[in-house]
Amino acid sequence: MGPLVPDIISNEFNFIIAIIVGMGFGFALEQAGFGSTRKLVGLFYGYDFTVLKVFFTAGVTAMVGITSLNHLGLLDVDIIFINPTFLWAAIIGGVIMGGGFIIGGFCPGTSVVAAASGKIDGWAFVFGAGLGIFAFVEGYPLIKDLMVAENLGDLLVFEMTGISREAFALIMVFVATGAFVGVTMIENNVNNKTTQWLKKDITKYSMAVGLAVITVLITMITPTRGELMNQRIDAKLASGECQPKMMEGDKLAYELMHQYYQYNVIDVRSAEEFKAFHIPTAINIPLDKLHEAENLAIIVQNIKTNVFYGASYEQSQRACLVAKYHGKADNFALSNTADEFNSNFFLLSDDPIEANVDQDVYIFRKDAAQKLKEIGEAVANLDRPVVKKVKRVQGGCS
Amino acid sequence: MKEAPKKYMNPYLAGFFLGFVLLTTIYITGRGLGASGAIKSFVVQIVENVAPEHAATTDYYITQRQNNPDGPLKSWLVFEVIGVVIGAFLSAVMSNRVTVKIEKGPGVKNGIRIAAAIFGGALFGFGSQLARGCTSGAALSGMAVMSFGGIVTMMSIFGMAYAMAWFFRKLWIKKVN
Repeated sequence: MGPLVPDIISNEFNFIIAIIVGMGFGFALEQAGFGSTRKLVGLFYGYDFTVLKVFFTAGVTAMVGITSLNHLGLLDVDIIFINPTFLWAAIIGGVIMGGGFIIGGFCPGTSVVAAASGKIDGWAFVFGAGLGIFAFVEGYPLIKDLMVAENLGDLLVFEMTGISREAFALIMVFVATGAFVGVTMIENNVNNKTTQWLKKDITKYSMAVGLAVITVLITMITPTRGELMNQRIDAKLASGECQPKMMEGDKLAYELMHQYYQYNVIDVRSAEEFKAFHIPTAINIPLDKLHEAENLAIIVQNIKTNVFYGASYEQSQRACLVAKYHGKADNFALSNTADEFNSNFFLLSDDPIEANVDQDVYIFRKDAAQKLKEIGEAVANLDRPVVKKVKRVQGGCS
Repeated sequence: MKEAPKKYMNPYLAGFFLGFVLLTTIYITGRGLGASGAIKSFVVQIVENVAPEHAATTDYYITQRQNNPDGPLKSWLVFEVIGVVIGAFLSAVMSNRVTVKIEKGPGVKNGIRIAAAIFGGALFGFGSQLARGCTSGAALSGMAVMSFGGIVTMMSIFGMAYAMAWFFRKLWIKKVN
């Protein structure tokens, strides 16, 4: 479902969204005190760790949120923008920015906030950032090679360590909590205050941390909707009940020749296999994508009967059960595999004796192959699922 | 009569709110927040106005034009930063924090503070382009989506700032004997 841009919210309206979330961003930064340069720099001298507290809380909140939305199937993490990793540029750029931070006392976002609340030093920093970017743009040919060195792609940090997204989110919750306790002690120490752990604060913060931990744990323990569906189908298959209705290849050919419009023939193999051969009039929805919302709209409808086929009988049977699981009763599984259908009809030998089938069947199949081909060509664009180009969102700061 | 500035929000609450804004942004648009990209858009626009011939012949501006055919200012981050200015201003007004002043460490001259802010800004601006994002676009948003590069950039920024803190202490804190 998510991200909502560009399918649900248009790219033009996205600019309005930008202003609204920008307002939230600016409001949050200003309320946190990020418009004050001394408060920001306090982080590096130990007298004020607000930056770390706000920054870490925000990062972990968003991280836990993304993990749960992904788990619920509401946000597709394969599409959202992942900052690409160009190792040297990331390190050297970061080091230069770190120097800028301690000298200038802001980062670009906070300098804008400071400028908006009237701080002249904020304006100076924004102006300086403009100069720095201008220098970068003009010097670009010289730095181009460094920019693209060590390209590791859209690398995710938990992929590197070999743990799951959920486990990493959980670790970050604990790391953040530990850091908050630690910096509070340092902060009080630097400011010559004694650290007091008030009971009501401990209760309050434990509940917040607990909530985050429970959220992540729930995503780790509970199955996703797809997993749950497969589990239930597996249980049904194992118990032997709920066998799908079968349809013979010859029967399907007969039905297609006479009333193809009554049938929704669905090939559940991969797109490549579908391209190599498919039964005329068939559409392609790979089995593991069958339960996705946009595909369900095609298979769960009242007008046509579904006929599923795949590379094996198990595939068509499972596809049948997926459709049934989502509320479509009128399904058939083809008892032939795609290859069998192909060899029975389209690759049938021209010599009746070599084909080794009954005379009547032979004539029927030859005739059907011809006719199905014609029908297939005539309705080539019927009810195809719209091929959506899934592309990563462009984003980032540059 | 001028009222005293209100206290800042609890940092964890502000952080939660900020994280929620970031999450909403990613859910709706698929991308994170940013800041330095908007400044770049303004720089590119200014160069195109001031020196159109230069902009027409330099590769970087040509690429920019191809990516943004409607002009550099029609970009998501520019609109977002306009929002940041509005949001920050509203927040500052609500909390009585709008004052025209120069904030600086104790005993630092105004001229030095402004020069340092410009120089620091220049470094930050340059670095943000090299690392493809600043504290917002690379570090915060990168951390939220668990990008390795984003987290490396974050650690470099804060690591370097800590490493240099001692050398620039006179800009920020009183001399401790």
